[in-house]
Amino acid sequence: MINKKYSSISSAVADIPDGATVMVGGFGASGAPIELIHALIDQGAKDLTVINNNTGNGEVGLAALIGNGQVRKMICSFPRSSQSRVFPSLYKAGRIELELVPQGTLAERIRAAGAGIPAFYTPTTVGTVLAEGKESREFDGRTYVMEPWLQADFALIKCESADPAGNLTFNKTARNFSPLMCMAATTTIVQAKKLLAAGEIDPECVITPGIFVNRLVEVPHPAHEDTLIAEGRSYP
Amino acid sequence: MTTGWTREQMAARAAHDIPDGSYVNLGIGIPELVAKFVPEGREFIYHTENGMLGMGPPPAEEDRDLDLMNAGKKYVTAVPGAAYFHHADSFSMIRGGHIDVCVLGTMQVAANGDIANWSTGEPGAIPAVGGAMDLVQGVKHIFVITQHTTKTGAPKLVERCSYPLTGPGVVSRIFTDLAVVDVTPDGFRVVELAPGITFEEVESKTGAAILPPE
Repeated sequence: MINKKYSSISSAVADIPDGATVMVGGFGASGAPIELIHALIDQGAKDLTVINNNTGNGEVGLAALIGNGQVRKMICSFPRSSQSRVFPSLYKAGRIELELVPQGTLAERIRAAGAGIPAFYTPTTVGTVLAEGKESREFDGRTYVMEPWLQADFALIKCESADPAGNLTFNKTARNFSPLMCMAATTTIVQAKKLLAAGEIDPECVITPGIFVNRLVEVPHPAHEDTLIAEGRSYP
Repeated sequence: MTTGWTREQMAARAAHDIPDGSYVNLGIGIPELVAKFVPEGREFIYHTENGMLGMGPPPAEEDRDLDLMNAGKKYVTAVPGAAYFHHADSFSMIRGGHIDVCVLGTMQVAANGDIANWSTGEPGAIPAVGGAMDLVQGVKHIFVITQHTTKTGAPKLVERCSYPLTGPGVVSRIFTDLAVVDVTPDGFRVVELAPGITFEEVESKTGAAILPPE
């Protein structure tokens, strides 16, 4: 029987190479796969392009990965927040690239990659500086901008429950971009709070079907970015 | 002596114009206050673009669920009958025209309905757009709540936005501390004046031609 479980977090991320494009689930602190990100810091891959809605907070998780000099480029919709300092200082020093994508366009570009659709038209950004240089077209008298799909080599995802086939459930708003990223990456690596036996997730309640998931590791007590920051933690 | 509306009164005035049963998305800042002033007998269903319909008020600190946040990354609650979904579904609700009303703050709004609320365009500033451009293009009615002028007294209702646009020609109604103002084919028109405020005062603090109440 299929079992996508890996014995350790480090083995699950061991083959992420320098220069890889990596999607990281989460919206701010909710859904951020802190343990997988920290394993990628330990592993040391550099020159990464990272796709996430934000750029991390404090000096843990995504902000720590960026702070460790492993990220060449961020693709995100909102690269600053009240507690993000690492990305802003590197950006102002010209040491990291930024591709700014509106949040809904970011989600749809990721979804399109998973769905095998190389580009689509959206009204978002029409008439703004973010549409400059992009192909546009009229449909039924309204102008739309063409946006390409956004693919990735790897996705790092946090979920609530997983079964051996990789079927996933999420918790509340921690779901956010994760089901889309599972579809869009060549290799999707998931940390689950609970690894259940086959049949323990009701097929009616599966959010991400296992076909979109490649590797599973169990992290029963995942760290939360806000808690780590409140404790004044940093990584490594 | 100018009186006008407080932040709370501006939010209450905006809530008054939202029909019963509307699906509503509230921006960060004064727009968030709208949820405190739902008129008696009406129910709004709040959408938060990170993935929930049926967002409820913030919890007590000890009742926080670390997986339950709103688009402003603040901890919130879910009302009975709430639903969670991923970002592509959430922005399908927005872009697909399923959300009835979005209430936003702004830096500038123009007489032709253009809105600029995401970037000052200053060199060296870190651009951050979030879902603002999706919301203004997709939601059926875009309401703006804003002080009539900036802290230094510059008009925020202008002929043309000098800041980079979030979207062109999208705003329908503006709620300020001085008046309720519609964007019409003829430009700004005052719908209602705040208590103690004259049309002449509104006109003098507006950076574009503005029509008196009909």
